[in-house]
Parts: sequence; structure tokens; C-alpha cells
Amino acid sequence: MFGYSFHWRTVWQEIPQLAEGAIVTLQIAVFSMLIGITLAVLLAVARRNEGSIASRLASVWIEVARNTPCLLQIYLAYFGLGALGINISSYAAVLGAIAFNNAGYLAEILRGGFNSISQTQYAAAHSLGMNSFRVYSYVVLPQVFRVTFRPIMNQSMWALLNTSLGMVIGLKELTGATQFAQSRSFRTFEFFLVAAAMYYVIAKIILGLAALVQWRFLKGGR
Amino acid sequence: MIEIKNLQKSFGQHHVIKGIDLTIDKGEVLCLIGGSGSGKSTMLQCINGLHSIDDGKVLVDEIDVFDKATDLNKLREKIGIVFQQYNAFPHLSAIENVALSPRVVKGMKRKDTLDLAAKHLEHVGLGDKLNHYPSQLSGGQQQRLAIARALAMEPEYMLFDEVTSALDPELVGEVLDTMRMLKDEGMTMIIVTHEIPFAREASDRVAFFDQGKICEIGDARQVINDPRELRTRQFLERVLH
Repeated sequence: MFGYSFHWRTVWQEIPQLAEGAIVTLQIAVFSMLIGITLAVLLAVARRNEGSIASRLASVWIEVARNTPCLLQIYLAYFGLGALGINISSYAAVLGAIAFNNAGYLAEILRGGFNSISQTQYAAAHSLGMNSFRVYSYVVLPQVFRVTFRPIMNQSMWALLNTSLGMVIGLKELTGATQFAQSRSFRTFEFFLVAAAMYYVIAKIILGLAALVQWRFLKGGR
Repeated sequence: MIEIKNLQKSFGQHHVIKGIDLTIDKGEVLCLIGGSGSGKSTMLQCINGLHSIDDGKVLVDEIDVFDKATDLNKLREKIGIVFQQYNAFPHLSAIENVALSPRVVKGMKRKDTLDLAAKHLEHVGLGDKLNHYPSQLSGGQQQRLAIARALAMEPEYMLFDEVTSALDPELVGEVLDTMRMLKDEGMTMIIVTHEIPFAREASDRVAFFDQGKICEIGDARQVINDPRELRTRQFLERVLH
């Protein structure tokens, strides 16, 4: 109809390269979320102690992470640090930048979760002899993660899609690998259709893992 | 023994506690009555260090609650408290609520804590609700759960901060019965309450708080049936109609 005839054979030949890229993408998405959540918990807790130095530093992190493009954050991690003589691989730069970005957004999500927990929960937990670390670990954070589970999953989809920016600094994640492969045959449409389908599958894998985590650790009331 | 000496506490400009002296012996049940804002709940929460104080001393078994060297978490293991608001941990089942602290604070084995929790839940009449979540329990059941949770730490003192005030009237009785049971078992208790008939029959002494001070304290029947102070009488007349 549009005079375009699909040629799939070249795509099948390059599938191993695309699969390698897909694995890099999945890795960065999952690791950047795990690192991001850990940092976000620290940022959100630091921010609750208003006026402290830790709280101000956390605010700066969150402001910068949320109000600058992820693409620039990747450039800064790769070329910016490179200019200072700190040379890191493109993999580390993308992972670091997306984890930094995730941490900022997730800290805001967690803040809402913290605000939903009543002060009497803290008082009750302290009155049972728990120190602050135990109060957060066993009483507050489990509830925060239940309340914020869906927004966190939303952010993890963004993390997955943001990995495609790795292409600009030569990382062969799924988009980078696809771009490289199609440049040899120029079957652009076919390659990117397959890549899109692979992103979709990766997203479903991540959501499946998350459902497993939810079932195992976050079942029960509330 | 709990000793409170010249306790002073302000929230900003608001002077809530204006010099309270009080001693509670082991095995005694003391009820604190008085209007809202009279300082009784605040004083109660000072005993286990949930509020800071401005002046005075609180000693629990001769340990100074507000001494910087005092391990407050350790001290709190022997002072159980139940609050007005239900505050069961909503993400944990009843048995997990009770078992949590013995496991993470005292380091008991998981299986032992579950046995302990089941024992205490049965004790307060929730033996058939072990795996229910707080959202599946009535207010009275949640308060009894909170009592069981405090008891599982095997405290020597129990503090009750208006535990029936948020309950539907028909649920008050079951919680009061649980407290009566603890009295019969010899638990030392300080109870902030608006249930005057309960205070009269269940406690040894009653203290009437007024404007941040103890206006009158004495034998429960005497204070409620035959108060010496005019303000005690006026308060009792107001609350008993």
C-alpha cells in the first residue's frame, strides 16, 4: 500500500546482537531501580529531619535529579566526569545516571508514603523498645512500600525506557544495538519494530518480578 | 516503683504540667482522671520518655528516664503502654503484631515468639483471631491486641492512655474487663480514663488532675464518692451528669 516491502531475514540474522542489547537493558533497568530505591530511602529519611545538613543535601539531589533531563545527566556522568579525568565506562555512566535520576523521583514518591503513616505508629513501635532503625525497618518502611508500590512500578517503567538514552554515548543496550544492526542493512522499520516488541517483553518481565516481590513480601493488610 | 518529682512540661507557650509529684508502688493500680488538657496523658507519656520534660525527674525502679546515659529502649521493655488511637501495625497479622518486638528487640527465636504471641492473644480473648489483620478487627479487639502486644514484652508496668475513649460504647466493656483481669494478676498499672465507675472499683488510688497539677489524690472510693476538693466535686458532677 505504501510501497514498502518488509524484509525480515536480515533482522533474524541480527537477533543474537539484539538479545545481547536486551540483556544490558534489563540489567541496567533492574540495577538502577535497586540502587535508586536504596538511595531514595536514605534521601527521604534524611529529608524528614528538616533543617539538617543531610536534609539540605537530599533536597539538592532531588531537585537536580527531577528538574534536569535524564539525557543531560548521562552526558554529565560520561563526558563531564571524563573532563575531570574520571573516566568510567558507558555502562557505568548510564547505570549511575539513571540510578541518580530514579533516586530523585523515588524519594518524592516515598515522601508521600511516609506522610501517610501516622505518628502513633512511631510512638507505638518506640514504646515496645525498638530503636529508630528497627522502627523504620519493621514498622514504617514495610507500610511505606505497600502504599507506594504502584508509583514505584511506574518509575521502574521509566527507568527501563530511559536506558535507551545509553545509545548516545555508544552503549549497546537494546536501542544502541538495534541502531548499530540496522545501519548495516537500513531495514529501519523492521529492526525498530522488533526492538519495540522486545522492550514490551522486558517491561512484562519486570512487572512479573515485581508481582512476585509483592506476593512474597508485601501481602497482608492495608 | 515509679517516682515523679516536680515534673514540669511546656509545649511552646503552653505550660501543660506545672509541678507534679507522684509515687506509684509495685502492684498498685492508679487511675488518673480530669478534664482534657489537664496534663494527665502528657504525664503518662513522660514516664516512658515519649515526651521530653523541662524540669523535674522521673525514676522507674530508680533509673532516671531523662538521664542521657539511660538506655531508653531497654527501659521501655519493662513499661508497656496502650494508646487511645488504635495503632496495631496494619501490615502485620495479629500474631505477627505481638511477636514482632520479642523477636527484633529481645532476639528470641521466631517460633518461640509465635508461641508467646499466641499465648498472650488467647489471654486477652483473641485466640480465634491470630491470623486476622487489624483491619478485620473491631476497635475493642484492636485495643486488646495492643494490650497483648505490650504484655508480650513482659513489662513490669502498664500504662493506659484513654484506651476506651475512641471506642463505640458497646465495645468499652471488653477492654475494661481485660484491664480488670490484669489487676487481678497483680500488674502495676497507671490508667488515664474517663470511665469514673471503672476507676472507682478497679483502682487502688485515684488522682484528679486540674490545670497541670494533681488537685486531689487518695483512695479511689474516697476521691470519687466523697471528694475533699471543690474542683474534684465539680468535675465529677459534670461527668456523672
